[in-house]
Amino acid sequence: MARAPQPLSAAGQSGWQPSQLQRQRLAYRRGRAIRSAVTATLSTLVLLAVVIGAVTSSPGWPRVRETFFSWDKAKESLPDVAAGLWLNLRVMLICAVIVVILGLTLAILRTLRGPVFFPLRVFAAAYTDLFRGLPLILVLLLLGFGVPALSLTGVSFQPVVIYGGAALVLTYSAYVAEVFRAGIESVHPSQRAAARSLGLSNAQALRYVVLPQAVRRVLPPLLNDFVSLQKDSGLISILGVVDAIRAAQISTADDFNYTPYIVAGFLFVCLTIPLTRLTDWVARRQGWYGSGGGAV
Amino acid sequence: MRRRSPVLPAGPVAPDGPLLSVRNLRKSFGPNLVLDDVSLDVAPGECVVLIGASGSGKSTLLRCVNLLEVVDDGVIELAGADITDPRVDADEVRARVGIVFQAFNLFPHLSVLANITLSPVKVHGVSRAEAESRALAMLERVGLSDKAHARPDELSGGQQQRVAIARALVNSPVLMLLDEVTSALDPELVGEVLSLLRELKDEGMTMLIATHEMGFARQVADTVCFLDGGRLLESGPPEQLLGEPREPRTRQFLARIIEAGRL
Repeated sequence: MARAPQPLSAAGQSGWQPSQLQRQRLAYRRGRAIRSAVTATLSTLVLLAVVIGAVTSSPGWPRVRETFFSWDKAKESLPDVAAGLWLNLRVMLICAVIVVILGLTLAILRTLRGPVFFPLRVFAAAYTDLFRGLPLILVLLLLGFGVPALSLTGVSFQPVVIYGGAALVLTYSAYVAEVFRAGIESVHPSQRAAARSLGLSNAQALRYVVLPQAVRRVLPPLLNDFVSLQKDSGLISILGVVDAIRAAQISTADDFNYTPYIVAGFLFVCLTIPLTRLTDWVARRQGWYGSGGGAV
Repeated sequence: MRRRSPVLPAGPVAPDGPLLSVRNLRKSFGPNLVLDDVSLDVAPGECVVLIGASGSGKSTLLRCVNLLEVVDDGVIELAGADITDPRVDADEVRARVGIVFQAFNLFPHLSVLANITLSPVKVHGVSRAEAESRALAMLERVGLSDKAHARPDELSGGQQQRVAIARALVNSPVLMLLDEVTSALDPELVGEVLSLLRELKDEGMTMLIATHEMGFARQVADTVCFLDGGRLLESGPPEQLLGEPREPRTRQFLARIIEAGRL
């Protein structure tokens, strides 16, 4: 896509002019490209017309439109939902930082060799097994309702959002740890051998040779997990935190109009799209470099 | 972090005796016996070339000397000190023995300069400025001054291998191990690497080289050793071993090589 065909004028340095045959080929390809574009547009329009026609002509459509897509209700609920979204955003950003640190630590613990580290390895493995297996919603409930119920001394009063964030961190750091570990193990053993043969210790080889390559490789799946974290931050609403989802819920309770949910969903999508595009861009750029690198 | 190992002498090289002495070395990977009772000596300044078919144990021998493999039995002495002693600090041995691999193994995320300065800065505590000036001198030495800031994947195979050699040389090793360093290169690039090794030899570097380049072995080696199935079948000066080998197996191997047009 980035590589458009060279314009004819650019090739003129050596006095080269495309032959008659080449000109015919280019004209033919241009014709095909225009035809493809027209066909794609037409088929999209037809499909849209069919879908919209089917939905709007259904008997319940007027009620659905009123309940889910009410413009007035949307405008009314937007300020509250957007304020809630600001909380989601902060939760996501803070959690993401902690998740990266914790995930990387867990991944490194799992790759440590040597008998001294056996308990650490076991702990890291058990941790990832447990929190990858537990549904996030269960972790949220256990932390959000269970821990405060313990009435621990010293932590008597804390906002529920802390527990929600902690649940997100526990679950996502397990995922992210596995992503990092996959990256670490994807670096060819010869790289470690080369580092060790230069006198670098195991830790130095990990720090200066293995990890930089591993992190580069796992950046796309890592960003993917953060897109997921961003949207799962909406789940903390079940603890009663007034985030975007909860704000929408409160607003629907006035008149059983569900439009605020649609508003919240729309805002979440708007929030994740930049991150998704960033992921794509990084992945593409990496693929680019990778193809040039060969088997090093 | 950096422990002084009790058995390794601090000085550069013991004045008399071999720099490297391998005695009755044995190494197996699972059921495969890769090195079977191998013994050889390398004197200071000597260039010993290992020849033999793929899988004969040449690479494993080099990896054992660099402690990248743990030996099953036997002794390896570097400058008179037993480096197969499990109490020896492997990093300290490796810091004095340079190794260059068949596949170069440059670090793809680092520039050429950073590849070379990594070990001096992080292991030997050399200042960055000092390490860079040394690295640049080394690049000059291998004829790649203009590539200091290139990334490894922007270089040709021969250039990458010369960077790998510079990276191994920058620590001023007492012994260089070279593991089929030209096998991954096309014939035109082989020459630039071999002439670099020839110069190193002329400067008095002690080298242990595994190679398939018989012509190079004939020119450069002081001693050629023929390995077959993990055993060191025979060794001798190149004109004798390559010209009139005693063992029938050696003759057979060399005949094949001549057939393939590589001698």
